Amino acid sequence: MANLINGATGDWEVVVGLEVHAQVTSKAKLFSGASTAFGAEPNTHVSLVDAAMPGMLPVINVECVRQAVRTGLGLKAQINKRSSFDRKNYFYPDLPQGYQISQYKSPVVGEGEIQVDLTPERSFRVGIERLHLEQDAGKSLHDQSATMSFVDLNRSGVALMEIVSKPDMRSAEEAKAYVTKLRTILRYIGSCDGDMEKGNLRADVNVSVRKPGAPLGTRCEIKNVNSIRFIGQAIEVEARRQIAIIEDGGVIEQETRLYDPGRGETRSMRSKEEAHDYRYFPDPDLLPLEFDDAFIDALRADLPELPDDKKARFMRDYGLSAYDSAILCAEREIAAYFEDTARHGGQKRDAKIVANWIMGDLSAFANANSLAVADAGLSPAGLATLVDLIGEGVISGKIAKDVLLLLLGPERGADPRALVQARGLVQVNDTGAIEAAVDAVIAANADKAEQARTKPGMLGWFVGQVMKTTGGKANPQSVSDALKRKLGLD
Amino acid sequence: MTNLTALTLADARKALRDKSITSVELTRAHLDAIEKAKGLNAFVAVTAERALRSAQASDARLAAGEAGPLEGLPLGIKDLYATQGVHTQACSHILDKFKPAYESTVTSHLWRDGAVMLGKLNMDEFAMGSSNETSYYGPVASPWLPPNWTPEHAKAALTGDKKGLLTPGGSSGGSACAVAARLCLAATASDTGGSIRQPAAFTGTVGIKPTYGRCSRYGMVAFASSLDQAGPIARTTRDCAIMLRSMAGRDPKDSTCYDAPVPDYEAAIGRSVKGMTIGIPREYRLDGMAGEIEALWSEGAQWLKAAGAKIVDVSLPHTRHALPAYYIVAPAEASSNLARYDGVRYGLREDGGDIVGLYEQTRAKGFGAEVRRRLMIGTYVLSAGYYDAYYVRAQKIRTLIKRDFETVFAAGVDAILTPATPSAAFGIGEKGSADPVEMYLNDVFTVTVNMAGLPGLVAPAGLSATGLPLGLQLIGRPFDEETLFTLGAVIEQSAPKLKAPAPWWA
Repeated sequence: MANLINGATGDWEVVVGLEVHAQVTSKAKLFSGASTAFGAEPNTHVSLVDAAMPGMLPVINVECVRQAVRTGLGLKAQINKRSSFDRKNYFYPDLPQGYQISQYKSPVVGEGEIQVDLTPERSFRVGIERLHLEQDAGKSLHDQSATMSFVDLNRSGVALMEIVSKPDMRSAEEAKAYVTKLRTILRYIGSCDGDMEKGNLRADVNVSVRKPGAPLGTRCEIKNVNSIRFIGQAIEVEARRQIAIIEDGGVIEQETRLYDPGRGETRSMRSKEEAHDYRYFPDPDLLPLEFDDAFIDALRADLPELPDDKKARFMRDYGLSAYDSAILCAEREIAAYFEDTARHGGQKRDAKIVANWIMGDLSAFANANSLAVADAGLSPAGLATLVDLIGEGVISGKIAKDVLLLLLGPERGADPRALVQARGLVQVNDTGAIEAAVDAVIAANADKAEQARTKPGMLGWFVGQVMKTTGGKANPQSVSDALKRKLGLD
Repeated sequence: MTNLTALTLADARKALRDKSITSVELTRAHLDAIEKAKGLNAFVAVTAERALRSAQASDARLAAGEAGPLEGLPLGIKDLYATQGVHTQACSHILDKFKPAYESTVTSHLWRDGAVMLGKLNMDEFAMGSSNETSYYGPVASPWLPPNWTPEHAKAALTGDKKGLLTPGGSSGGSACAVAARLCLAATASDTGGSIRQPAAFTGTVGIKPTYGRCSRYGMVAFASSLDQAGPIARTTRDCAIMLRSMAGRDPKDSTCYDAPVPDYEAAIGRSVKGMTIGIPREYRLDGMAGEIEALWSEGAQWLKAAGAKIVDVSLPHTRHALPAYYIVAPAEASSNLARYDGVRYGLREDGGDIVGLYEQTRAKGFGAEVRRRLMIGTYVLSAGYYDAYYVRAQKIRTLIKRDFETVFAAGVDAILTPATPSAAFGIGEKGSADPVEMYLNDVFTVTVNMAGLPGLVAPAGLSATGLPLGLQLIGRPFDEETLFTLGAVIEQSAPKLKAPAPWWA
C-alpha cells in the first residue's frame, strides 16, 4: 500500500478520524433569534439568551434542525426521530452560559457513509459515526489591549453541526479528500457554506500510527484546524512525530494538541490528566427533539441532486469521462452552468467541447480574477453561442479564445454572434482567397517549399504562415488542404 | 375606609369595581404598612413611585370600565422574577446592582391584567433554603410571635440579629411574610422543593405550586430548571386562584411551558367534592412524627369526608427516596445554571489577577455558604465516575416516584392529602447551622411533588399547641389545579379561622 510511511523500523500506517464543525446556514442562531450574519461590529448580534442573562431560556430554531436532517440524508445516514440536548459544562469568558448546549447522548443523525474521490477515477468510503447539533462559542480577543481581553459574542450560540467520521482514513491525502468531499456535499445541500476563511468549517483531527495489521495506536487530537491544506500538513507532521517517539522507545500519550502552521509542528495543549471533566447532563430547559416520517420525507423530497448522483448522470447522459464529470460536479454552480450551456435553447451541443471550455479558458479566467465560473461575466447562453459558432465553422477555435476574452472583458454582455460579425472575425472559407494566400506564401518561401516536398513535417509551418497573413481568419482545414495539394503532399 | 390592608384580594377587587375605594388609596395603605414593617425585612426593594403611578392608571381604567382581572391590586414580587429596570438579584450578592432590561413572562401577565407592583420580596439566595436565612439581605421575621414572647420583646429583637424570632420559612419567606403581615394582597413565589408551600404553612397563608409547565419560567432566575415552578401565595384559596389564572399561560419563550388554555380557577371554589376520592399515603406517616401533625392530618381527612369525599389509604412506596434524590438532581442542575454568574458580563466582579482568579474571587465572594455548598454537591454528582452512581440513579428514583403517583391516580384517586411540614415554624438561627440536613428535612412532604411535576396546594388547617399555624397539603393530577382549589376551599372553610397576627412590629 502506497499510504505507508517509511520509518527507521519499517513501515507505519497512519490512522485518521475527523470531527468536522460546520456552521449551519440559517438566519438565526440555534436557540435565539439573533442574527448569524458574519462581519458585524462586535457584540451587535447578541440576544439576552446568547449573553446568558438570568432567567433566559433557549428555544430551538427548527430551521437548524431541518438543516441537520437534510445533511444527514445527504450523508445517507440514520435519522434519529428522537434526539436530545445535553449541557457540556466548562468556564470560559466566551461561553456566557458556562455550558455549551450540545447533543452528547443522542444525536439527531446516526451512522452514515461518504464516497470520497481520491482522484476522479479512484474512490474509497468513509463511515460517518454521527452528526449532532451544538452551539458555537463567542470569540476572545487578546490583542486589543496589553492588560485586558475582550469578548465578542456575535458567534455565541450560532448553530454548528459536528460531523464525526470513523477512523477510516489512512493518509493526509485521504483526509483532505474526505473534507473536500464533505464540504462539496454540504454546499450542495446548502446546509453549510463551507467558507473556511470565515471559520465556517473547522476540524478536530485525530491521528494515531501503527504497524500494518497491528491494533489501533493511542491517538492525539489536533484541535480546530481551519484549512484543508493545514489538515494535511498537521497529519503529516503529527504522524512523523508519533513514529519518532515510538521508534525511540517512547509511548504516545493521549492528549489534545494544536497545529502551528508557521513552525510546521503540533504542540501539546493539554494532556489526558488535564482534560476537562465536562459534566454532561441532559439540558432541562429543552424538550427532546421528536419528529415523524412525514417530516423526514418532506425534507428528503426537497433535497437537491447530490454530487455522486450528478457525476454518474453526467457520465451517462452527456458521455463525459469520470474525470470531466468529477471536476464539473465539484461545485453545484459549475455543474449547473455546464448543463445550462450544454442544453441552451433546447439544442444538443457537444458536451465534451462545452466541458473543455468551462474547465479550460473560462476557469482559468475566473481563477485568475478570484471569481466563480458562473460569475465570470459570460452567461451560459453566451458560451453556448460561442460553441455553436465554432461548430458552424463561423469562427475557428483559436479565434474563439480571443472572442471569449472580449466577452469577459471589454465586450461584456455582447451577443457573440454579432460581436464576431462586427469585429470581422468570421472565418474565411472562400477557396479563392485561401488559394491566393497559399500561393503567396509558397512563392515567398520557394526554398522551404522545395524542402517540404521531402519533409512533410514542415506543413505545420506553412499553415502558420498562411494563418498569419490572413489574420487567423482562414479556415485552417481549407488552408491545410490547399497547401497539401500545392506542395504535392497528398 | 378603615383597614384597607385587611381586605382579601377578592374583596379589594370588588371594592375597586364598586368604586368604594381607589387603587391609589389601596396602594398607599400597603406602602404605609410596608414602611412600618421594615423591621420584618420582607421587602428588599420598594417601588413606591412606580406603584402609585400604576395605581393612578388603574383608577383611570376602572373609571373607564376597562379594568383587567387584577386591576389596581397591589402585589409583592419575589426577587427571583426579572422586573424591567427594577432590583432583580434572587437575593444574591453575585447579582449586585443587577436590573434587567426585560420582564419575566409571569410578571408581564400580572401587569397585563392591571396589577400594581409594590416592590421586590426577600428570599433565600437563589431560592436555596427553607428559612429565608440564606438571603444576602438578611433573614425575614415571621409576623407570628414566637410562643411566650411579648410584642415588646419581639419588636426589640427586630433591630438585632432577629435570633429567636420565627422564620417565615423559605425560600419564599418574603412573600409569605408580606402576605401574612398584610403588606400586600398577594405575592408571587416560586417552588423547587417546597418553597411556596412550606412558607405558606408556616405563616397561615395559602400557596399553590402548579403543575410543572403551567407557568412560564422565562425571566425567573433559575435554580433547578426541571423542578422550578412559579406560583402565588395569598390569604385565601380564592385569592390564589385569581392570582394563578393571571400568572399561568403558554409562552413560546419557554419550551417546557404547557400549551393549553388556563381555566377559570376561581370557578372551582365552592364546587362540590361529593364523590371525590382522597388518598392518604401511608408512607407520609413518618417515624417520630409529632402527634399534633398526625392529628391535624386526620382532622383534615374528616373535613373532606364530611363534605362528601371518600377517603382511602394509598401507598407511594418510593417516598422515602425522594429527599435524597432531590438533593442530587436540584444541586446538579443548579451547578450548571449558576455557572453564568462569573463576573464577566453583569453583577459582582472581583478582580483576581487573571481570568481564573476573577472567577474564583467573584464566585467565592458573590455566593453565600449554602449556595456554595449546593454548587459543590452538584458539581460532584455530575463528575466523571460519579454521574451514574448519583445523577442517573436519582433520575431513576424520580421516575419511580412519578410512577407511584400515576398508579394511585389511575386507581381513581382525585387528590392526595398530606401534612405540609413536619412541624410549625422554627426560630431564626435554630436549625441547620451544625447539620444542613436538619434544614433539608423541612421539605420531606413537599419535594415528592416537584420530583413528579404535580400540582400541590397548602392551606392553613389549624394551630400547633404553641399557637402557630399548621398547614395541610393537597396533591393533584397533572394540570388539575381546579380540584385542588375546590378541596382547599373545603379545608379553609372547615378549619378554625386564623386570626391575623397583630402588628407588633409596627
